[in-house]
Amino acid sequence: MFHWLEKNPFFFAVGVFVTIAFAGLVEILPNFAEQSRPVIGTKPYSTLELAGRHVYIKNSCNACHSQLVRPFKSETDRYGHYSLSGEYAYDRPFLWGSKRTGPDLMRVGNYRTTDWHENHMKSPASVVPNSIMPGYAWLFTNVADIDTAYAEQLTVAQFFSVPYNQPVPMKDGSTAVVKMGSSVADANALALAEAKVIVADMRDQDVKDAVASGKIPEIVALIAYLNSLK
Amino acid sequence: MENRPLEYDYTVAKMFMLTTIVLGIVGMLVGVILAFELAFPSINTILGSGLAEYTNFSRLRPLHTDAVIFGFTLSGIFSTWYYVGQRVLKVSMAESGLLMFLGKLHFWLYLVGVAAVVVSLLAGVTTSKEYAEFEWPIDIAIVVVWVIFGMSIFGLIGIRREKSLYISVWYYIATFLGIAMLYLFNNMEIPTILGTSAAGESGIGAWYHSVSMYAGTNDALVEWWYGHNAVAFGFTVPIVAMIYYFLPKESGQAIYSYKLSLLSFWGLMFLYLWAGGHHLLYSTVPDWMQTMGSIFSIILILPSWGSAINMLLTMKGEWQQVAASPLIKFMVLGSTFYMFSTLEGPIQAIKSVNAIAHFTDWIVGHVHDGVLGWVGFMIMAALFHMAPRVFKREIYSKSLMASQFWIQTVGVVLYFTSMWIAGITQGMMWRAHDEFGNLAYSFIDTVTVLHPYYAIRGVGGLLYLTGFLMFAYNMYKTMSARPVEESELQSASPMGA
Repeated sequence: MFHWLEKNPFFFAVGVFVTIAFAGLVEILPNFAEQSRPVIGTKPYSTLELAGRHVYIKNSCNACHSQLVRPFKSETDRYGHYSLSGEYAYDRPFLWGSKRTGPDLMRVGNYRTTDWHENHMKSPASVVPNSIMPGYAWLFTNVADIDTAYAEQLTVAQFFSVPYNQPVPMKDGSTAVVKMGSSVADANALALAEAKVIVADMRDQDVKDAVASGKIPEIVALIAYLNSLK
Repeated sequence: MENRPLEYDYTVAKMFMLTTIVLGIVGMLVGVILAFELAFPSINTILGSGLAEYTNFSRLRPLHTDAVIFGFTLSGIFSTWYYVGQRVLKVSMAESGLLMFLGKLHFWLYLVGVAAVVVSLLAGVTTSKEYAEFEWPIDIAIVVVWVIFGMSIFGLIGIRREKSLYISVWYYIATFLGIAMLYLFNNMEIPTILGTSAAGESGIGAWYHSVSMYAGTNDALVEWWYGHNAVAFGFTVPIVAMIYYFLPKESGQAIYSYKLSLLSFWGLMFLYLWAGGHHLLYSTVPDWMQTMGSIFSIILILPSWGSAINMLLTMKGEWQQVAASPLIKFMVLGSTFYMFSTLEGPIQAIKSVNAIAHFTDWIVGHVHDGVLGWVGFMIMAALFHMAPRVFKREIYSKSLMASQFWIQTVGVVLYFTSMWIAGITQGMMWRAHDEFGNLAYSFIDTVTVLHPYYAIRGVGGLLYLTGFLMFAYNMYKTMSARPVEESELQSASPMGA
């Protein structure tokens, strides 16, 4: 059979393809629907949080920080409850990372604050002595791309029925509504309102001035995102 | 006319040789910079704080991985295909104007793609998925380049004189099909310009931005099915294709066992794809997939070692060649590193070992003993073997080649040993509890302890880069010397002092 295949490239290629495609079919398909169902308490990202997530991705934070707490005592002691599949239901892409040069950030919103992040991003060693993380000074001057975050919200709402402007069940039995703007101007206004809450806890005067004049520096969006990680 | 040997046309092979060398230097240089940034963080702002955004570790890291994978390795694969393909199929590219055109188009479109990737990664335009960072416009360009590569392969096969496909061709076909399938499915994404607001606005925001079709755990599952098998079909399958051709050619020995090559090929094809789950151990993907990933990773030793042993036994009775020829040294040590790396991988895929190894530098070490010791050595050996035949000149310097071999070998050893120690140290410190059951170390304690190992790794990387520059120089001198080799060369490649 093999000698015959080696003389018939077409059937050889078909044979190879079937052999390599088999594992994907068996492994990937069966649990696809179930795994993407959100757990109670998981909300879609707001416009500003999503813009912050884009800043996180733009700077490849995931190259050094994971977002996956494994079910070991040493990890739950350090980072909090181990990860559940449904908590990632609105994560497109997933940001688990593959290397922990720095600590896991899955639940960083539970134990770090806005002003801590502000100081840390300017000069990591100022809050974590001996840190090898570089500073991210440009986040304080670059302006966050709210329009693209809004476009992504619209896209996931249309194509994947992500529940924006709809009640989402919370752990305490209440419901929460994550708002999505009805127009680009509306989305920018919503993000700005959220940004104002964040900068109230910040010290950098240039960042405060920027937000007051209607511009949102990347650092504000990033902190909004990091605070949402719980 | 009929009795004249075929004149193969190496135009396209030569073009890709050039990108293999140039992109190899770029990728490895960025790697060395990254290594020293971890050891000495002030290097993050080496070009001043104004350019810090483009020189800091996180922004550069994808550029290193992608330059080495899609620059150096892929160019090496293309270059060797355009050399090996003609020879084992007994047909010259000069015989078909269409194939010649496709080959050149393949090269130029590839170059455009490379330029787009470099610019976009430096600008921070990325999907964040490892080795699949490119946004949809570049993805489409990559698919086009890949389809042209496929047309080149099957076009040449279509006009072949040698009816039976040699082992290397099996592996090149598998490379084409494997990457095509993986890349397409992993990069399923929806451009966000398709979103329409309630007010009727569309085309909002950055035109190149997209959102993954898969969410969370599913996205992770597909990404590591891709990520792991991109290693399979980028770093293993085509490199095996190379060694099956170049080792017998250079040594003048026949392949040890046809049956072993059959077993290894089909075994590798069937088993490799299952093993992606070992990147997701203790994650939120279903347990049975994790276990399958572990088990298949261990069984994977069989076909991996099958190929490697087949290669080493090909040298049976001719071991003096290893001492005599630096070119054979590269290939034999390459196979040995392949065996080593394909044993280390399955060990790391055992769940209890993975609990310590995952997220640490041990994984980085594993990648690099495979890539530096196996992929890098084999591609350089292939180019060394090709040089006298495509440029009709003897290799410029044998002694330079021998020094390069030892410098790089020391580099690889420094690299993986330091990363073993770093990884296991950090993995053990993360999980250490004190007598009261509290965590024994804060996270930063587990970082500062790594400093010496990061410095050693940087030195290892620098040695490897130095060796690669020696390789580049040797190749340059070979290309630019005066032609001497008129007749078709048989086995051992001619080398100058």
